[in-house]
Amino acid sequence: MKRGLEGPPPEDRPTPAGRRNKQGIRIDPEVEATHEPRRTVISALVAHEPGVLSDVSGLFSRRQFNIESLTVGPTKDEDRARITVVVEEPDPGIDQIKKQLRKLVPVISVRELEPDAMQRELALIKVDADDPAQVSAVADMYDATTVDSSPETATFEITGARQKIEAAIDTFGQFGIREISRTGTTALARGTEETAAAVNATESTATEANHDETYQTANDD
Amino acid sequence: MSERAAKVTQADEEAQDDDQITDSAAPDAAQEADAGSETTPAPVTSGAEAVVRALENAGVEHAFGVQGGAIMPVYDALYDSEIYHVTMAHEQGAAHAADAYGIVSGKPGICLATSGPGATNLVTGLADADMDSDPMVALTGQVPTELVGNDAFQETDTTGVTTPVTKDNTFSSDSDTVGSDVSEAFALAGEGRPGPTLVDLPKDITNGETDHEPDAPSVPETYEVQERADEEIVAAAAERIENSNRPAMLLGGGVIKGEASEACREFAIEHEIPVITTMPGIGAFPEDHELSLEMAGMHGTGYANMAITHCDTLIGIGTRFDDRLTGGIETFAPDAELIHVDIDPAEISKNIHADYPLIGDAATVVEQLAEAVDESPEATKWRAQCQQWKSDYSMAYDAPEDEPLQPEFVVEALDEATDDDTIVTTGVGQHQMWACQYWTYTEPRTWVSSHGLGTMGYGLPAAIGARIAADDDQDVVCFDGDGSFLMTLQGLSVAVRENLDITVAVLNNEYIGMVRQWQDAFFEGRHSASDYHWMPEFDKLAEAFGAAGFRIDDYDEVADTIEEALSYDGPSVIDVHIDPEANVFPMVPSGGDNGQFALTEDQL
Ligand SMILES: Cc1ncc(C[n+]2csc(CCOP(=O)(O)OP(=O)(O)O)c2C)c(N)n1
Repeated sequence: MKRGLEGPPPEDRPTPAGRRNKQGIRIDPEVEATHEPRRTVISALVAHEPGVLSDVSGLFSRRQFNIESLTVGPTKDEDRARITVVVEEPDPGIDQIKKQLRKLVPVISVRELEPDAMQRELALIKVDADDPAQVSAVADMYDATTVDSSPETATFEITGARQKIEAAIDTFGQFGIREISRTGTTALARGTEETAAAVNATESTATEANHDETYQTANDD
Repeated sequence: MSERAAKVTQADEEAQDDDQITDSAAPDAAQEADAGSETTPAPVTSGAEAVVRALENAGVEHAFGVQGGAIMPVYDALYDSEIYHVTMAHEQGAAHAADAYGIVSGKPGICLATSGPGATNLVTGLADADMDSDPMVALTGQVPTELVGNDAFQETDTTGVTTPVTKDNTFSSDSDTVGSDVSEAFALAGEGRPGPTLVDLPKDITNGETDHEPDAPSVPETYEVQERADEEIVAAAAERIENSNRPAMLLGGGVIKGEASEACREFAIEHEIPVITTMPGIGAFPEDHELSLEMAGMHGTGYANMAITHCDTLIGIGTRFDDRLTGGIETFAPDAELIHVDIDPAEISKNIHADYPLIGDAATVVEQLAEAVDESPEATKWRAQCQQWKSDYSMAYDAPEDEPLQPEFVVEALDEATDDDTIVTTGVGQHQMWACQYWTYTEPRTWVSSHGLGTMGYGLPAAIGARIAADDDQDVVCFDGDGSFLMTLQGLSVAVRENLDITVAVLNNEYIGMVRQWQDAFFEGRHSASDYHWMPEFDKLAEAFGAAGFRIDDYDEVADTIEEALSYDGPSVIDVHIDPEANVFPMVPSGGDNGQFALTEDQL
């Protein structure tokens, strides 16, 4: 409760006029002041070894990244698995996700997919089947396949972009939905482009270093 | 063997009966073939021997740890090794000692623990090393593979528990590859951005037979490190430096870990750029140099904080822009274009946007910058301004003889009584800040403290690790707080047994002082659970352990007692009774504006 140091007090000191935003970016006309969150798909090629999924999911939870879905499955190479993550974050956050993922030792490569990448999700939807004709009409509308039916229920499988599945769920809602199970999005890049191939560290880091690329929000087709 | 130890062993043997492999013919034959040659070590015959061989191949000379059931095979293999094992009193101490060993030597420090409680006791030390990017390898015993997942005696999901606090960890699942797992962990700990790695060693894997020699330490293919920064960005950054009028360098812990101190010194001196350090960067630049503004941040010097707030170009090297350094992001170096050098791309623009991202090894990139910068920036006025701030906000303190002993005086007295290459370790609290502020650091790897995690109890075990890594003629001094010291002082038993020449100065204020300071400032002086008036007499406690104990109450005892403690050949503890009300200034309240640091209580 005593003593201190000598020197001009805070109010007598000059202060610069500049400021940074929450993301540490200097606020000046040339750089954006704020970054709105956007939705995007990140694909990671990882070593197919025990613990890799928990490494990845642990990273997301401990860094408080906002994750929408995460899917994982084998690839044509049995030592490699592909993890597809859909996230919604401002640009600097998306950048951090890519960089932090890349740091995990079992992660081979990380790519943010173009907005037009092929994105699919599978859903199982179990509805009340009091009115079978109507239920089946709706199922046809969404190219849903019947995978199970009983006197009271019908279960459909739907594959497609997230919007389509959401629309189907909405429409099926009129009959009364008993249960839903969704897989989350999996995705591949279009055409000859590789989804997440191993790239030279120097090349990738130089461009990715500072989110210089401009991306758009992913547009599920 | 004590009764309890015998019981543990028995229990373990029972648990293991099923997976004993019995095929001893091959290893015997191999051993005979090699007999007589002194230089080639005997071939490995077990997973545990492969583990120890991997350490030997990596050049490991020392390890810190505590025995236990699941790690016993490894210790058995260590018995025949040249590696010197320091038995610690607690695994937390083993981790901190290994961490400090890594900081001082530049090579990964090694710690060992058994499964379950041994492994969980390492967690604080792992987290500490992880936050400070210190190279370290932890080897933990694990219950036999077939018991894993069954809540077996002393089982813990060690890789699960430590994933968030290690750079990488591995559960070993094969006696043939366990040695290579350790080699890889060693390589990963030291390469690129250093950090702690862990290998979990199930007892059947270490007990299991193998004749596989471990691979040489190397990182996995998927781990890539970029050494040189992009030339175009280097050129742009160089131009920015040449054209700046208020440049400053900010040296972080990465400068020391990347052995870039020399390159940074040359660059700063050649272009006359004022130098600020972060707390982990202390020692990267000589604090007695005119260009040094010392440490910035919450308890940094007023002049460093003024400079960092007003510079127009900030060259940040090997720093992660921790919130204790930046204060509020909005007001951090608000006019500065940031040139950020870091080996870890994920540090670029994580907290502060980098205008010139330079990814690469600090020493290499600073050399690149040095080549690219032709003209020094025109910054005469700026340098004069920095000198002015140095005198305006000098770190002078009053020490009237008739008032209680001021801690700054003790720090300065110990600094004066020791050589420049003396290693300082600390606990966490006010004493740590005085040790930053009032000791003049001139060399890298002489400041060993818990920065990112802020772990009370770090000081003494760190002093043990530092002592073992240091040159014989280097002094090791630990500044501790009464609260911090109490957390790990059982390490004194180790220091006494190993006869380690360390001097511990406990800046005893009978408070957990840093908390008391915050309570005075932000909680209306309500000293909830911060009053430690029941402190033991540390000098007597030291004597009980077999160390030398000293006590200082007043100014006139300081010089002589320090002299005596330093010249004592072995561990000594000075219980220094300081002014219990002494506070640390300057101070930037957390999240505040660095330029608005308080110099006294009423400015907070
Ligand atoms: C393991 C741990 N527990 C709690 C804290 C919170 N903490 C930070 S500083 C401090 C007080 C330290 O007191 P002391 O060691 O006596 O040092 P002083 O501040 O008095 O110099 C406390 C409790 C911490 N940093 N580490």
